[in-house]
Amino acid sequence: MYSEWLYIGVFIIIGIIVPVVPLVFSALVAPKKSNPSKQSTYECGIETVGESWVQFKAQYYIFALVFLVFDVETVFLFPWALSLNRMPMFVALEGVLFIGILVAGLVYAWRKGMLEWV
Amino acid sequence: MTFWNDPINFIANWLTGLLTGWGVPDLWATIIEYALGITALIVFAMVLDILLVWVERKVVARFQDRLGPNRIGPFGLIQPFADIIKLVIKEDITPANADKVVYNIAPVLAATSVISLWAILPLSSRIFGVDMNVALLYLVAAGALGTLAIIMAGWSSNNKYALIGAFRMVANMVSYEIPMVIILLIPTILADTMSVQGITQAQSGIWFAILSPLGFIIFFISAIAELGRSPFDLIEAESELTAGFNVEYSGMKFGWFFASELLHAFTFGGFMAVLFFGGYGGFFGLEKVAGFGWLTNPFVESAVFLAKAMFGYWAIMWVKYSMPRVRIDHMLAFNWKFLVPLSLALLVTTAILHKLLIVLPTWQYAVGMFASNVVIITGTIEILRAHGRKQRKAEEKLSPQPVKN
Repeated sequence: MYSEWLYIGVFIIIGIIVPVVPLVFSALVAPKKSNPSKQSTYECGIETVGESWVQFKAQYYIFALVFLVFDVETVFLFPWALSLNRMPMFVALEGVLFIGILVAGLVYAWRKGMLEWV
Repeated sequence: MTFWNDPINFIANWLTGLLTGWGVPDLWATIIEYALGITALIVFAMVLDILLVWVERKVVARFQDRLGPNRIGPFGLIQPFADIIKLVIKEDITPANADKVVYNIAPVLAATSVISLWAILPLSSRIFGVDMNVALLYLVAAGALGTLAIIMAGWSSNNKYALIGAFRMVANMVSYEIPMVIILLIPTILADTMSVQGITQAQSGIWFAILSPLGFIIFFISAIAELGRSPFDLIEAESELTAGFNVEYSGMKFGWFFASELLHAFTFGGFMAVLFFGGYGGFFGLEKVAGFGWLTNPFVESAVFLAKAMFGYWAIMWVKYSMPRVRIDHMLAFNWKFLVPLSLALLVTTAILHKLLIVLPTWQYAVGMFASNVVIITGTIEILRAHGRKQRKAEEKLSPQPVKN
């Protein structure tokens, strides 16, 4: 038997080919009668105003920062969860302490008003 | 070993014999076998996807007191095939200002991300793609790829509605992935493994939905959010963003977004079955009783699994068609101020209680775990009620004249 990652690799290659096939078929049989007004950007039937790729205020960027912290920390929790049955109680409690530090960060962000829509 | 009790290995052994008999090297024989098996699995998923379109349209029709498609074929069963033909022969309109490369990759990536989830979906104890020991991390990674596809579609369309849809998807992703990953830790703790086969087999006695009902509820909510379905369908929000991220897509490219959304929902129904409802097994020990041995037949197991996944899919649809859409700040607040603290509390309780109670007999362990969940749910409801009461008092204080009825 070869590695399971060989299977995943073959799976993803075929998983890319399968969606491409109908798109290629569609490109062959579908009509091609484009004109400028068809290709213009849709804006509820009125003329497009201005560019879309402008600086846009992402009102949740603070959430994104909190997310980064949590997402990295949860990765560290997976090994802890996997070895929970084989470790003594105080090591399990150290994992809880780690979660406690996470919660302290969340409470801090909350008290500072970071979890509000700005 | 016959075809009926181990179909995949039976065919694989026969193919290996055939290919090595032809003088094909070992590695290439394996790759050819993998490719054939994978193609069969993906074709099965695609046919299922086509039927899901029919199921979705029929069920939404019933929710809205309509009949749904009923003209083409018996009960309208041929309708989705007609839809596909229509989508394929439709003109593909690309906006002139779009980023063409990203615009064309996005629908393919959306479909690939969902299809790649089927690699780890255990249809039966002997019919499955691959049994990885990091399957749950793979699930999170493939789900994030689907999110990336939506962001790419929204940004590359160069359309304001699509861009706002993509921005909302980012907000959605940066919130609901946290409770989801935390809840994935709970089956990991209970089953002591991350492999989906291991998690399924750990539930042959008792379902994790009974050991951790609250975990299932949080996973269900965050799965709906991850899928971007109502009540969290702010990325599409047809009443404000017309169609959100896919507003500029037409023809088969739109078709892939639509198809991958449905298949994604079904696949998450399947993962709900695997993580909390015993997957293909979970008969509470019934399969060991004499006369019920046929329950472990791979075809029976697959039917059980697909039925459970369909039930999960139906539950997601039920929520979708009976709930109003939430506002985006409410959505973020609900996640960060409610789901994240709750799921962390549940994780800590589950970990410590599992450690303490694992030495007890199974029924005492199960009762203890269930009771801890009930305590957390009751406590949460009480905290919410106290908070609501406080808010009401504060509002009553602000308006000095009492309302006369």
